[in-house]
Amino acid sequence: MGRYVVRRLLQMVPVFVGATLLIFLMVNVMGDPVAGLCGERQCDPATAAQLRHEFGLDEPLWLQYATYMGNVFTGDFGTAFNGQPVTELMATAFPVTIRLTVVAVLFEVVVGVTLGVLTGLRRGRPVDTTVLLLTLVVISVPTFVTGLLLQLLLGVEWGWVRPSVSAEAPFGELIVPGLVLASVSLAYVTRLTRTSLAENRRSDYVRTAVAKGLPRHRVVTRHLLRNSLIPVVTFIGTDIGALMGGAIVTERIFNIHGVGYQLYQGILRQNSQTVVGFVTVLVLVFLVANLLVDLLYAVLDPRIRYA
Amino acid sequence: MFLLSALVIVFLIVISVRPSVIASGSPLTCDLAKAREGAGPGHPFGYDGQGCDVYTRTVYGARASVTVGVLATLGVAVLGSVLGGLAGYFGGLWDSVLSRITDIFFAIPVVLGGLVLLSVVTSNTVWPVIGFMVLLGWPQISRIARGAVITAKQHDYVQAARALGASDARILLRHITPNAVAPVIVVSTIALGTYIALEATLSYLGVGLKPPSVSWGIDISAASPYIRNSPHALLWPSGALAVTVLAFIMLGDAVRDALDPKLR
Repeated sequence: MGRYVVRRLLQMVPVFVGATLLIFLMVNVMGDPVAGLCGERQCDPATAAQLRHEFGLDEPLWLQYATYMGNVFTGDFGTAFNGQPVTELMATAFPVTIRLTVVAVLFEVVVGVTLGVLTGLRRGRPVDTTVLLLTLVVISVPTFVTGLLLQLLLGVEWGWVRPSVSAEAPFGELIVPGLVLASVSLAYVTRLTRTSLAENRRSDYVRTAVAKGLPRHRVVTRHLLRNSLIPVVTFIGTDIGALMGGAIVTERIFNIHGVGYQLYQGILRQNSQTVVGFVTVLVLVFLVANLLVDLLYAVLDPRIRYA
Repeated sequence: MFLLSALVIVFLIVISVRPSVIASGSPLTCDLAKAREGAGPGHPFGYDGQGCDVYTRTVYGARASVTVGVLATLGVAVLGSVLGGLAGYFGGLWDSVLSRITDIFFAIPVVLGGLVLLSVVTSNTVWPVIGFMVLLGWPQISRIARGAVITAKQHDYVQAARALGASDARILLRHITPNAVAPVIVVSTIALGTYIALEATLSYLGVGLKPPSVSWGIDISAASPYIRNSPHALLWPSGALAVTVLAFIMLGDAVRDALDPKLR
């Protein structure tokens, strides 16, 4: 187990370097970061040169990247160009987005798996067909449309929730945004659980369990579900990173000041340190989530042992 | 399912090639005096915030979506299956390198990459959006093509062809491609729907297509501030978008059931 974790951690290094380097290059393509600093007008050349020197922008690109990563590993994510440390922005933004992601993952696990089990055990019945059609519709409607519609209906027309989220973003206000963020993945989780369950229902161990005379709920929960949930766990694990990065749209609709909001502002203002810093953390989250999922396999399926 | 989605798609292709068949006006002729008015005779969907006819704009919006979706899918499918297929067939160093590269691309959130890369683009055509989708989309197909080729190359007929002295190129083209192409087609069809949704999302965020291009994403974005008083300007393009994506995803499902009955 220990050796496996070390090997996986080592494999993460090239992916981490590659992904951060890629985003670093992209941000550099984004344009001259100094140009955004003098407001609407052009910077005069002397000021621009001085600023460039101050931020180390006159160094070659690989050196800038190396310096930046060196700083990151000592906990210094640089300064946003407005003078605020990027870590400070993160400290306010990440808790909000993490809460939003937790709500979304809860929706996926609770609603998605439940619907998947319901339909997987009743294949071909009306419930199954209805839910299957519904998931198709949910997958087809892009998140921003779902978000705007729910905001219009629940927030404005019926007044059930506040149409925009306050700065503190407590859990209660994040329920609807979390549902919107989760919607597409929720549909995928439902379909995945359904297929996986339906496949395993015909397997020998389920027949044995039934033949032993076990009650139905025990067959389903202890035998069928435990084996069927492995692909679902994989999906949800890889989805955590995607949810946090994809929250840009949801956060924009509901005016949530989280990671997506900061990134959007950073990109609009060509604020490269903010963008690279936030993306670096998101990539790390993605990699760690994937690692945890692989370790969870061993818990769910005792046949899988990591030597 | 198949017939219904095929009909919708044929209809979409017709109106994106020749929108004037069902919409007589121009999407750029707007009358500010009529801004946000509801439906009236000859204008069944009403007017948007700029006083443009929502019906005409919704019909014309199909072109951007279909163009981006089809071209991006073609690009992704070709690039992904060539790179992934070669990696799967030859294995070795190139395979390991490519697998790591796909890992890297998977770690970057798509919408985020789009915002960063496309925020610099000032061009008003569909090409930057398509280019970006190909750049970030190929790893998905490449992984699938690689897996399919690895499965196909272990079959006896490949061994037989090799024993008969067939070259690598011949084996790849005549024996492996026909047997490995099914999963690529299935995933590409479903991906087409998601690319259309992605184009609208990027346009909604202001980095995809930009006015005066006509796109559902732009229209939805423009209508969202007035959602309370004139929801019609938002609902029609949203509905068109959802139906389009749904049609392509349903078609993908139908193709999968036909090509791979095991997954049904």
